[in-house]
Amino acid sequence: MKNIKDQEAAFQARIDAGEKIEPKDWMPEKYRKTHIRQISQHAHSEIVGMLPEGNWITRTPTLRRKVGLLAKVQDEAGHGLYLYSAAETLGISRDELFHQLHTGKAKYSSIFNYPTMTWADIGAIGWLVDGAAIINQVMLTRTSFGPYARAMVRICKEESFHQRQGYEIMLTLCQGTPEQKAMAQDALNRWWWPSLMMFGPRDEESPNTEQSVKWKIKRKTNDELRQQFIDITVPQAEVLGITIPDPDLKWNEERQHYDFGEINWDEFWQVVEGNGPCNKERLQARNDAWNNGAWVRNAARAHAEKRAEQKKVAEAI
Amino acid sequence: MENKNKSLIDYLLILGDNSLILGHRLSELCGHGPSLETDIALTNISLDLFGQVRSYFQYAAELTGGDSTEDTIAMKRMDREYRHTWLVEQPNKDFAYVIGRQFLFDAFHLPLLEQLVNSKDEMIAAVAAKSIKESRYHLRFSSSWMERLGDGTQESHQRMQSAINDLYPFTYEFFEETETEKLIFEAGIGADLKVIESTYRQTVKDVFAKANLEIPTAPARKTDGKKGIHSEQLGFILAELQFMQRAYPNMTW
Repeated sequence: MKNIKDQEAAFQARIDAGEKIEPKDWMPEKYRKTHIRQISQHAHSEIVGMLPEGNWITRTPTLRRKVGLLAKVQDEAGHGLYLYSAAETLGISRDELFHQLHTGKAKYSSIFNYPTMTWADIGAIGWLVDGAAIINQVMLTRTSFGPYARAMVRICKEESFHQRQGYEIMLTLCQGTPEQKAMAQDALNRWWWPSLMMFGPRDEESPNTEQSVKWKIKRKTNDELRQQFIDITVPQAEVLGITIPDPDLKWNEERQHYDFGEINWDEFWQVVEGNGPCNKERLQARNDAWNNGAWVRNAARAHAEKRAEQKKVAEAI
Repeated sequence: MENKNKSLIDYLLILGDNSLILGHRLSELCGHGPSLETDIALTNISLDLFGQVRSYFQYAAELTGGDSTEDTIAMKRMDREYRHTWLVEQPNKDFAYVIGRQFLFDAFHLPLLEQLVNSKDEMIAAVAAKSIKESRYHLRFSSSWMERLGDGTQESHQRMQSAINDLYPFTYEFFEETETEKLIFEAGIGADLKVIESTYRQTVKDVFAKANLEIPTAPARKTDGKKGIHSEQLGFILAELQFMQRAYPNMTW
């Protein structure tokens, strides 16, 4: 029998050769744990992310927007479903993962702890939040763990549609009345910095990056991805004719990138720690849905068991 | 001609408003379902219903002319101008209410569409042909949940029976023919509510038997939703549904 060092070396060689790791393959315990943590965080983000947008479903300005928003939030539930399934292949149940979310043990993307106050927030979330998510997720389509990579391919297609839908909402507002344009500007003001925070702490403060790069969970660092997002998004804001709320934002000819101002890391950590504007409400909503649904899930289980029992009896006779 | 259009528009509102208000109620649940699977399924039903609403209202807007659009019809009428029945505006009290309300509506809606596919009005026939597939799925979904909850645990049985006891008396209203429905049926465009009622009663009987539920014997509630008399729920529904159109009138979104 090979020793653990050899197994790890062989495992790393497979990843280096671009092979996908499948659920039944041998993997280091830390690889398994890291993936459970990351995939479930991602799943939780989809599910919690339904809440701020769901907040506007009953109040969309038109029927067309209602259908678009409903379908989008439904897609997020679908993404949650694939991602929980991908995590389950690593030997953890969906119920356990929910328990971690509901007790506050597991994290989800902090961006969803901000409130959606106006209709323009729905545009801004699609444009910026989905835009930032895509940058992360395109990278993950090539990650080493097969089920995660495959889930990402499908998710990316839908996210890119959501991003275009969000941008189109913003464009419509910016081409509308002064009041509508002001609404769009206000949404950008509030969502810009939290969107930049979605890429996580600066590289020097991101302890997981090095190992993650080795396992191809990450192919680019937080700071590289953040820069990529800014470079893509600034010209889009110019087309809209609204101003990114960063006085230090400036094209740097030498770097061929935009320079940008300091992110408020204190705010970032406060929200991560649970002190954001809506952390408590988001967790409460998830807990309520789960607790109020307990009798429904019990009934479905009891009914399925009765049916199975009846079938057995029928077969025995 | 003008009179015929007026009745036809009114009929489209009777058809569309049930889907609009039920779709709205279901959309309130998006993100709050008892499981991801049910959340997705209920949102699907909501989406189907809004799709139907759009078809009916785009047609009604065309017949109305002027500045009328699907959105002015959905969002700019006053409370008394909505034509849905009381059942569909009942609140999402718990999942048993959601399922009970859905089942009772589906059991009525499917045989309605089965007749409308033969409507002399091509538009209505086309919308019905598209919606009928959706409605079959809705009825399958709601029936299977009626069964699960009715025949699941003691608690789920009690909740389901109690929801049905509250909701069932609202369903008689479906079959009380209004002047508009009568005219439109006679013109070969609408549906025969008596035929629908007998199919509906049979579906209810079959599904309730499988679900171990008793058909409530309480008398019909005296409601006139199709004539624009609604419960106290509607004002609050409209406060949300119409908010943007009222707060920011005449803008493009």
